[in-house]
Amino acid sequence: MPKHTYPAKFEFLDEIREFVAEVARAGKFTEKEIYSLQLAADEAASNIIEHAYAGVTNASLEVTCEMQGNTMTIIMRDQGAPFDPAQVKQPNLKAELSERQIGGLGVYLMRKLMDEVHYESRGKVNTLTMLKRRV
Amino acid sequence: MEITTQEFKHGDLVAVKGRVDSSTAPEFSKALEKLNENGRFKIAMDMHELEYMSSAGFRALLACQRNCKKYNRGELVLVQVPERIREALELAGFTELFKTFDNQVEAVGNF
Repeated sequence: MPKHTYPAKFEFLDEIREFVAEVARAGKFTEKEIYSLQLAADEAASNIIEHAYAGVTNASLEVTCEMQGNTMTIIMRDQGAPFDPAQVKQPNLKAELSERQIGGLGVYLMRKLMDEVHYESRGKVNTLTMLKRRV
Repeated sequence: MEITTQEFKHGDLVAVKGRVDSSTAPEFSKALEKLNENGRFKIAMDMHELEYMSSAGFRALLACQRNCKKYNRGELVLVQVPERIREALELAGFTELFKTFDNQVEAVGNF
């Protein structure tokens, strides 16, 4: 199972997206789907770095990507504060410019881009699991 | 990520290249804020060499659009948005907040 551990810093988002793209390419996803998978993984990792690890230095983030049949599973594990995407309010996408809230947009994109998003916080470990089926 | 700015009589053309994510978005935001601080509120954002943009970049675009449109002093418009990025902007409900153009001349000429 391809797995990498990254320092929980925004500078490593590039590498995380590249890792996801590699597995997705081998799994025969289309370029459009690969972009979606990269964006979902980026938003998920960004949220973990920004929220779960807020104010924490020297933290790390473990990313697992694997294909099973036509489904790709991305798993992210962190040991920060629990941050359940399901608790994030959906942004109002019809609001006027002045009322637009940018908070929650990353989580919203994750949910729209992936087929399934699950979250579990157990002991000190938080696990985010995202699934996408190849069309 | 790389940003270049060209000033024209009616507005500015800003080209953003490469990737805008949580790591590079602060620099992207700063460049846009600097334009606003210099009294430039009519901005055409040329995206044709942009490979990737996450919601961190969308946040910067939104903040800039708010600032530009204040007092009707200007507007931020988008030029040659790559398909993948346009799809993500659409998903985020952002396409209705920005006029888009197929070329730079039309975009700057719109001001």
